[in-house]
Amino acid sequence: MKTDPAGVLTGTHYFDGDWACGEGAMAAGCRFVAGYPITPSTEVVERISGRFPTMGGTFIQMEDELGSMAAVVGAAWTGTKCMTVTSGPGFSLMMENIGLGAMMETPCVVVNVQRGGPSTGLPTMTGQADIMQARWGSHGDYELISLSPQSPQEAFDLVIEAFNLSELYRVPVMFMMDECVGHMTEKVIIPPAEEIEIVQRKLSDKSPEEYLPYDFEGKEIPEIIRAGDGYRFHTTGLTHDKRGYPVMSAECQEFNVRHLVDKIRQNADDIVRYDEEQIDGADVVVIAYGITARVTRMAIDMAREKGVKVGFMRLIVVWPFPEKRIRELAGNVKGFVVPEINYGQVVLEVERCAAGKSTTVGVPHGGGGVHDPEVILEAIMGAAQ
Amino acid sequence: MSRAEIRITGFGGQGVVLSGHIVGHAYAVNAGHHATMIQSFGPEARGSACSTMLSISEEEVLYPYIRRPDIFVVMSSEGYEKYCDELKDDGTLIYEKDLVEPQPKKGQKAFGVPSTRIAESLGRTIVQNIVMVGFFTGVTGIVSREDMRKAVEASVPSGTEELNLKAFDAGWDYYQTEYGEGGDSKDEEPQEKAEEEGKEDR
Repeated sequence: MKTDPAGVLTGTHYFDGDWACGEGAMAAGCRFVAGYPITPSTEVVERISGRFPTMGGTFIQMEDELGSMAAVVGAAWTGTKCMTVTSGPGFSLMMENIGLGAMMETPCVVVNVQRGGPSTGLPTMTGQADIMQARWGSHGDYELISLSPQSPQEAFDLVIEAFNLSELYRVPVMFMMDECVGHMTEKVIIPPAEEIEIVQRKLSDKSPEEYLPYDFEGKEIPEIIRAGDGYRFHTTGLTHDKRGYPVMSAECQEFNVRHLVDKIRQNADDIVRYDEEQIDGADVVVIAYGITARVTRMAIDMAREKGVKVGFMRLIVVWPFPEKRIRELAGNVKGFVVPEINYGQVVLEVERCAAGKSTTVGVPHGGGGVHDPEVILEAIMGAAQ
Repeated sequence: MSRAEIRITGFGGQGVVLSGHIVGHAYAVNAGHHATMIQSFGPEARGSACSTMLSISEEEVLYPYIRRPDIFVVMSSEGYEKYCDELKDDGTLIYEKDLVEPQPKKGQKAFGVPSTRIAESLGRTIVQNIVMVGFFTGVTGIVSREDMRKAVEASVPSGTEELNLKAFDAGWDYYQTEYGEGGDSKDEEPQEKAEEEGKEDR
């Protein structure tokens, strides 16, 4: 369906990635944000808190990130599209309630404008070292979805996609920006509202007597209702059955938690999203995401000038991982090169999927800046040998 | 134009970031090209060094940071000292005449404007950065005067447009009078930097 025009600031703007992300959320229909502002994500909530009064949205500056995530999980059950915004240290504090959101199958979006870590790290400088945390940061087994934009324009476009995926699969979606994209100002084109497709939460049409909150078959997503609409329902972080009631047994764990994993894994083909360029006949395929993808394209141009056949795969959805595609490519290319602003995270997934059929080379960067294209070039040249 | 890199620097509070924002807005939105702006973002408060970097191109900008700027706009001597060495050997230096005493290398072009004094004469020192943007537009010609004026109008707080446009025009006029065709060319003779050798890196 088309989005509510109230949140759409149609036009051509010169925005940084944080503002663009905020505008994208409002364009997607987000009307509740709870957060504890933290550099370099503060401008997202600054933008939203200034604009929300014009469209009936609610922003709450919370006491901390634990409260922020709890408020978002709770508010989502009123049928409102919800988001919280943070950076590394706050992301760590949100983990427990992100797990609660996953367990309760709560649609919401968590924006992490990544900075250098660990701990307080580099508050004003970029990093991509939370990308594994986005996948595994909370305890227990579950699968979530993570996206990574490479520009302010994509911060706008993809956060809408993040909301859509969260509604479709009833999961917290991790929107993994980085400081460089967040604080980079570029042209951002916001289309008219009638061109913005959004997924509206499908509420159950069952009667209160028939409705069960966790009733599903196979890879189906259970139907949701709104708290306050007259349904008696129960939801909990404890392992629960179809009724949402706690049942402490291995059987119920299998029913409940396998579903949390399978609803993403079995639908991965529909969720996975990447760009590819000149993969056919390539000797080397470079895989990158976020800001690193842009720097990588420079290195690829340089390598092609030197006559190397290089293909490029840009991860737009990082989790679930495009495992199937990388397995297909493995063996057909000499090597994969994976630059990222951390000491090696996504590269491990590439290596796993390459399964020894192609070499996998990481190009680490500790954070605080982006790679020099020459460093990536060197890795490409090495992998092409 | 292929890619050009611009650094704008000054004290926090001088409107360095806003001036970069206006230039980028004019080039990307009004002129329809691409401009990527990055702020040097430290724990700086008002009064300390502040800097913004722009990469402008008719094609998409990939690498967002700058390496050797083609144009260096400087509004404080501290900023000059910090960044003067990175300006390209044939680059363009644009400086606040009363606050910076530049020593451009041979091959570098230098253009000075007393932007603070001009702003004071308009009644508000705060519009110094917009005087500089007007002057910058005259010197560089990277976008038309109209496109830059529109960007000023779109970027300043509402209610201050008139004053800011006046400041913009004053900067533009200063360039035309001092350096433009028909004006007296007072472009300072580029001097070899005497103490270049042995000077400590920034």
